Amino acid sequence: MSFKSAVITFPGSNCDRDALCYLQDLTKGFVYNIWHEEASLPQVDLVILPGGFSFGDYLRSGAMASKSKIINDVIKHANNDRYLLGICNGFQILTEIGLLEGALIQNKNLKFLGKNCFIKKKFKNNFNSSIKEDQVLQIPVAHNEGNFYCDNETLKSLNNNEQIAFEYCKGEFSNSEENINGSIEAIAGITNKKKNILGMMPHPERAYSDFHQSQDGKLIIESLIS
Amino acid sequence: MRIKILIRLKNQILEPQGKVIEQSLNNLGFNEFNNIRQGKLIELDLPDNLSKEEKDQKIDSACKKLLVNNIIEEYEVLG
Repeated sequence: MSFKSAVITFPGSNCDRDALCYLQDLTKGFVYNIWHEEASLPQVDLVILPGGFSFGDYLRSGAMASKSKIINDVIKHANNDRYLLGICNGFQILTEIGLLEGALIQNKNLKFLGKNCFIKKKFKNNFNSSIKEDQVLQIPVAHNEGNFYCDNETLKSLNNNEQIAFEYCKGEFSNSEENINGSIEAIAGITNKKKNILGMMPHPERAYSDFHQSQDGKLIIESLIS
Repeated sequence: MRIKILIRLKNQILEPQGKVIEQSLNNLGFNEFNNIRQGKLIELDLPDNLSKEEKDQKIDSACKKLLVNNIIEEYEVLG
């Protein structure tokens, strides 16, 4: 049975097209592109909430998109144990919906970060099972609000339930930083408790093709399909 | 009636914009200005005939559902 997936487009999404190509090229299955005002979502194996600046980041990043019409079905999709991946603005939307814990606040150094970064997996889940322990992935980031915050109690439970999927780390460049944006425990991506929802700030859909600098982003889709 | 809702990041949350504003003010000679934090103000109209309870309930509900993220923010309705 072929792997079906969908990408949701909000006004202001700008990585939806990249996410569509990423899924088409790597899953070889059908990929729907769904406008946020649609009332229902077709039955698919994976939904991506893409990066961008949905609703101009008004109020808070992801706040408006989290109340879009399609979100009811996105929640149902996730509650049926199907995969949901939020990348960058998609991660912010997932925390605003409340499907993932914590919040993403402004980068510590106040800079918009658009560059390659290095991450490695912390706890194993279905999104990172093809990645080896201590394997360093090079994946670009492009965000202003990527500084992951949660209170101590939540942090403890994220660790106890092994929900931290990715953390920033030092890479091959001598000037690469360990924690690029000030996130608590250098968290780059977390899952829900059931581990069928992943939110991450780095953009794997910008690191899979031959014309990209890195192809490490492939490993996430390969993990899901294998 | 005009309603003003003041939203700010909780005290324990880093607010880097305030830090930069403070630096700039200090550079301009305003050395007494310390611990600056920037928040946001939302103004809106509600019908005058609402009771205080109805008004409070509506504002509270709107803040919880959309205007405020209670993980990082707190709010205050200004009189």
